[in-house]
Amino acid sequence: MTTLRVALVGNPNSGKTALFNLLTGSRQKVANYPGVTVEKKSGVFRVDQDKKWEILDLPGAYSFDTDSLDELITKDVCLGNVAGEKEPDFIVCVVDATNLRLHLRFALEVRSLGIPMVVALNMSDAARARGIKIDVASLSDKLGVKVIETVAVRKNGADGLIAEMKQNLPNVGAITTDSVDYHAEVREIISDCVVMPSRTSRTDDVLDSIFLHPVAGLLILALTMFLMFQAVFSWAAPFMDMIDFGIGSLGSAVELTLPEGPLRDLIVEGLIGGVGSVVIFLPQILLLFLFILVLEESGYLPRAAFLLDRFMVGAGLSGRSFIPLLSSFACAIPGIIATRTIQDPKDRITTILVAPLMTCSARLPVYALLIAAFIPDQTVLGLFNLQGITLFALYAAGIVSALIVSFVMKRVRRGLHTQSLLLELPSYRLPSARDVLIGLWERGRLFIARVGTIILSITVVLWVLSTYPTPPEGWVGVPIDYSIAGRIGHSIEWIFQPLGFNWQICVALIPGLAAREVAVSALGTVYAISAAVEDPTAQLLPIISVDWSFATGMSLLVWYIFAPQCLATLAVIKKETQSWKIVLIATTYLFGLAYLASLLVYQIFS
Amino acid sequence: MENKYLSGMKLGQLATIKSVNQHSTDDSIARRLRNLGFVEGEEVRLISYGPLGQDPLLVQIGFTRFALRSSEAHRVEIH
Repeated sequence: MTTLRVALVGNPNSGKTALFNLLTGSRQKVANYPGVTVEKKSGVFRVDQDKKWEILDLPGAYSFDTDSLDELITKDVCLGNVAGEKEPDFIVCVVDATNLRLHLRFALEVRSLGIPMVVALNMSDAARARGIKIDVASLSDKLGVKVIETVAVRKNGADGLIAEMKQNLPNVGAITTDSVDYHAEVREIISDCVVMPSRTSRTDDVLDSIFLHPVAGLLILALTMFLMFQAVFSWAAPFMDMIDFGIGSLGSAVELTLPEGPLRDLIVEGLIGGVGSVVIFLPQILLLFLFILVLEESGYLPRAAFLLDRFMVGAGLSGRSFIPLLSSFACAIPGIIATRTIQDPKDRITTILVAPLMTCSARLPVYALLIAAFIPDQTVLGLFNLQGITLFALYAAGIVSALIVSFVMKRVRRGLHTQSLLLELPSYRLPSARDVLIGLWERGRLFIARVGTIILSITVVLWVLSTYPTPPEGWVGVPIDYSIAGRIGHSIEWIFQPLGFNWQICVALIPGLAAREVAVSALGTVYAISAAVEDPTAQLLPIISVDWSFATGMSLLVWYIFAPQCLATLAVIKKETQSWKIVLIATTYLFGLAYLASLLVYQIFS
Repeated sequence: MENKYLSGMKLGQLATIKSVNQHSTDDSIARRLRNLGFVEGEEVRLISYGPLGQDPLLVQIGFTRFALRSSEAHRVEIH
């Protein structure tokens, strides 16, 4: 079977990925280019029995004259300079017919690479609707390469392109040019081949005057975010209950099938319990991704970045950091993955480093337990509930410390060097269901792949640590006390004594590294609450509210604002930055802050 | 006559670009601006401001809308 490599190249917002989805459907593979975090997307188009094309969706680019990692990768792949990547046999350069002045300029740059290519004149329907008339034949003539109209969001929108490629691949000539002034050439081509009545789209004008309005725009943004949160936390609840029930049933089923012994314990408590404690967040994460994808596809996301840029710059971040940080309120892992949309590498690292400070939903069970145990359920100022205020303060503390940390980081790392925004606000578009679903599938899969393997290994290791060695006959304490985790917990007790943590807390912190909410069940184990109990929180409450001082409770609460009690987050930081140094910085500063803050709180309250 | 810049434009104003000035010897922002179409003779319009401190700016050049911080817009000199 012969396989030709076809690379899709084009500006961001040219509809390149939609065309890629149309050509390859669900036969897509997502990986990373070696050594960098730039996403490598490829797929297969089956031409006939013995012919197929490997389609590459290269990162969107405005220019090859660039420092941007994405754009350099696109250029290097085209030129065959990436290790393990054969250069493409053929390039499809995707241009947006409604934005030719910008996109043709890049098409000329692509043409100068001297690789056989065609131009896909995408969104030709939208151009026609706006009254933009393009003489395709003379455009082909001028460019010296074939131009074919496409509508990537329509089912048969690429038929012309496919027919052309079938007919002429691989025998399409490349042309060589010595043009240098691309702008002048584009101006000339447009004046010869394109007639346009109005330069702007009326819809965009109207929508922008609403969405970017200083008051109404911010209000709409706040409302959108509110809706998103509402959805993530309440719509996801029934699905999470279902998963919870499913995991519980699976555990009981295995418990009944397998004979008693370490293997059964490993599977039930280690594997099913541990992985289940993370999979339960999948509905929230998918809903979050769905919202973000729709906002992204519709063109609203860059508008949100525009509205918030000034606020974020003050704290050393950029408008583009907003969505990753927002996602981190559900879970830092999708938030860290979402930082891929931040082009400036320094901004991206800063965002990754502060993302774990956003109060993720895995902290809520811990907060709920400690607040219920130590904060009286009373009304203050005749209006507010003290427990509610405490929870709010915990969220606020996370946000404020993230702002301070990023501000300090900006000062330390870049001095007063100005960062750049230079963000294109594309035309508003109705999101296509196919592209959103493919995107959702892809990100969901990525999350499972990232988290699944990491969590699986971490939970198994932590389970082993908390189980072995098993206590000898006649051991009076709880079994975990005899295990390696128990011994580590005891041996670090002196470190945490100034924070008011007793040995039970110290021991629980070790398995609690798997995920934050695991601390609740780990405390249950340490306090020898039977594992069969449905609701460990209710059982723990009376114990800890007597056993711990108020200062200890507050100290642990504050610990959880900062401490990276989630190895999966650290592992994802490693994956996404490809740098142990960043992981080390994140771990050190988060544990450091947690220690200092807890120390302060304990000393004040005791 | 005093030099005029994109960063000093009024809302809705239309202007023609005179040049993009480098603020340092290898000014990647200036280069980026040129690559995005901010070149001599192109018409730009100031569409909107961000809600705080008139920053960033939303400008339209040709068919495309770009958000620029005022430090970036200050590199673009207009007639």
